[in-house]
Amino acid sequence: MIELKQVTKKYGKGLQTTEALSRLDLTVQKGEIFGVIGHSGAGKSTLIRCMNLLERPTSGEVWVDGVDLTKLNKQQLQNQRRKIGMIFQHFNLLSSASVYDNIAFPLRLAHVDKTQIAAKVNELLQLVGLEAHRDKYPAQLSGGQKQRVGIARALASDPQVLLCDEATSALDPQTTDSILKLLLDINRKFHLTIVLITHEMQVIQSICDRVAVIHQGGIVEEGAVTEVFLKPQHPVTREFILGQAGESAQLALQAPHDGSSRLCKLTFLGEKTYDSILSRTARETGVDFAILQGTISKIKDIPYGQLIIRLEGDAGQMEKTIQKVKAEGLDVEVLD
Amino acid sequence: MWGLDFSQLDWNEISVASLDTLKMLAASSVFTFILGLPLGVLLYQTSRSSNAWVRTVYSVLSVIVNILRSVPFIILIVALIPFTIAIVGVSYGVLGTIPPLVIGAAPFFARLVETSLREVDRGVLEAAQSMGASTWQIILKVLLPEARPGLLAGATITVVTLVSYTAMSGMVGGGGLGDLAIRYGYYRYQKEVMIISVLFMIILVQLLQMAGDRLVKHFTRK
Repeated sequence: MIELKQVTKKYGKGLQTTEALSRLDLTVQKGEIFGVIGHSGAGKSTLIRCMNLLERPTSGEVWVDGVDLTKLNKQQLQNQRRKIGMIFQHFNLLSSASVYDNIAFPLRLAHVDKTQIAAKVNELLQLVGLEAHRDKYPAQLSGGQKQRVGIARALASDPQVLLCDEATSALDPQTTDSILKLLLDINRKFHLTIVLITHEMQVIQSICDRVAVIHQGGIVEEGAVTEVFLKPQHPVTREFILGQAGESAQLALQAPHDGSSRLCKLTFLGEKTYDSILSRTARETGVDFAILQGTISKIKDIPYGQLIIRLEGDAGQMEKTIQKVKAEGLDVEVLD
Repeated sequence: MWGLDFSQLDWNEISVASLDTLKMLAASSVFTFILGLPLGVLLYQTSRSSNAWVRTVYSVLSVIVNILRSVPFIILIVALIPFTIAIVGVSYGVLGTIPPLVIGAAPFFARLVETSLREVDRGVLEAAQSMGASTWQIILKVLLPEARPGLLAGATITVVTLVSYTAMSGMVGGGGLGDLAIRYGYYRYQKEVMIISVLFMIILVQLLQMAGDRLVKHFTRK
């Protein structure tokens, strides 16, 4: 659906040139929710702005729905942009227009006739749950409501793609959840491709299918969220994930432990999360285990669990336990 | 009272002068807005361009606007006499005052327009751009409506400035209350005429400012 090829974006001239993106390749599949995570200054904002050419790349190609946007003239680009919705961290609503007029705005730009606009806007008001606020002005709405208007406006021209530029970063946790849930609903209902950028792992974890980690203008890690989240390879990715459970994992590693015991990290994914694999295996092999740290949660809809355990007992039996648990389909990382 | 005698005032002449002032004010305001608004938008648009040529256009426009704003209005009236005659045929009276009023006030208003357009949140412009809005659509449907309270405040300031300009034009044979104040009050020592003229202008400015403030408030959504 979206393909960036060798995209480079430089700012400034001569010696003061800074490279925000360097020869970046990225592919987003149709219908998926794709997350890009990175620290501020990593280039993620530039990246998403390149997808509708709000920022024109210095070099490289930007393909959206089979069209290379960088090759279009002004008029053609304006037409293509109507197929790409965008929402923003600070909502960017017209402060002088009512909720209704804000949502109608993209349709009026495209000279859609009045009755069609009314039908579409009412449908969208219902979708985002703002029927009661149609005549209010943005200043009278809460942050979450403003973002709902933003989403409705972005959907008005039936786009193929929705770009979310830090869409929940200005919202409190509860509102963030409700907005994310709305995005997920929209994704499922309309098979809309969604690209979002964020600096919060929790956002990625709750709705994304795939994720890319951006660092210093390049993608350092990319893959299914379950994959990247549970087995992060790059230090930056680890940092983002440790940000959540990091401290207690650190404490677990400091637990008393000597040559006669082994520290392991077990990862359960999917239905196995609810299986009693560990205790069954331990009973068979006769080893003991202590749970030092544990998480059970969900990535989008997929349950997962992660335990740091200390095995105690005969060395051979401990090895056997690890092998058996692996054979049952758990991922085991021996930490010592 | 203070040796003033208002019973001898020629009210007929005062009402004619008041009407003349209102005529000059109305006509010059309309033309100032018609010229100043596009000029302000042009200043704003050219100043933001990434194209070096367009920015040169901005610099040139900017210098012209600054020159017109720095020439004292009284000198501008005299300097513009040939231009005024070419346009309206006369260089005095109500008609002859309007061109210099417009030339004097339009650059001033254009700057105020430019300033209030700069106040518009860039994010909103970006959002409109992301929705495929053309440059004209952005100007007409985003910039101007979003800047409306600022534009109205600027228009109010401009009209008030025009009131004082019309008075100054009285020095060089323009009509209206300023002319009356100078002819009777200054040259003939009839303080009463001067006081009444000034009083009327104070009331006029007050009314204009109040109306302007009310409009600004009505259109402010923040």
